[in-house]
Amino acid sequence: MNYFELFSLLPSYDVDTALLAERYRELQRAVHPDKFANASEQDKRLSVQRTAQINDGFQTLKNPIQRAEHLLALKGLELSHESTTLKDTQFLMQQMEWRESLEEIKHSDDPDSEIAELYDSFEQYAKQITTDLKPLLVSEFEADHLQAAEQIRKLKFMAKLQDELTRVEDALLD
Amino acid sequence: MAYSEKVIDHYENPRNVGSFDKNDPSVVTGMVGAPACGDVMKLQLRIDDNGIIEDAKFKTYGCGSAIASSSLVTEWVKGKTVEEARAIKNTDIAEELALPPVKIHCSILAEDAIKAALEEYKTKQTK
Repeated sequence: MNYFELFSLLPSYDVDTALLAERYRELQRAVHPDKFANASEQDKRLSVQRTAQINDGFQTLKNPIQRAEHLLALKGLELSHESTTLKDTQFLMQQMEWRESLEEIKHSDDPDSEIAELYDSFEQYAKQITTDLKPLLVSEFEADHLQAAEQIRKLKFMAKLQDELTRVEDALLD
Repeated sequence: MAYSEKVIDHYENPRNVGSFDKNDPSVVTGMVGAPACGDVMKLQLRIDDNGIIEDAKFKTYGCGSAIASSSLVTEWVKGKTVEEARAIKNTDIAEELALPPVKIHCSILAEDAIKAALEEYKTKQTK
């Protein structure tokens, strides 16, 4: 299933999210099960299936990491549900350091400025990965797709870091 | 999710947490990460001239199963030869800790950490 086709969008990492949301609402309305209240059993079933597909597609394209994974899947490289281990030592060292910084925040004299600093560092680092990722996703070469997969894995670690930072921040507010 | 008693034991009393001096020539480091959950694991081994693992330390950011898997591995590799350590399989770890299927990747990560550390050992040997 090509979700970009489903939503009549060009297959690209950069998606107009407002347009995506608009297409989502249009599609949802068109296949809403209420419209099929008097339809045949088969048509009812189809409308339920179609609704599920539209919801899955919307969730996939809305999330940048899942969107990138979907683009790769369309190129023939399936990443979701993989249990591949990342072995980039330098990258992982940096991850460790950041995890340590997150632990330290609660002992800090000025946690707010440290949180703000980490937010910035995470964002900049993730942005750089995304910049590297984009051309790889539109390439026709398999080697580039493998590299794209590695960048997507790194983005997942960055998403985890951002979640953890939010958690630390919430804990400080309690 | 219910953790097994062994996982809880390792999680609450992790063995061999910490780091060795990475400039020590007898120390090798394995760094691995699991993208699916963002777990990061560092395993360090101190290997003597006869290829016997004298000591091991770990540091893991992750769930209870990931911490337990790496803690268990540090206990297992101590006193083993490099070859014996290389033979440790994730299934052994998962079985010992009674990991549920959704946590098998934690044991895979621990096995890969040993492999990564021993990879550095091999590189150092051939230098």
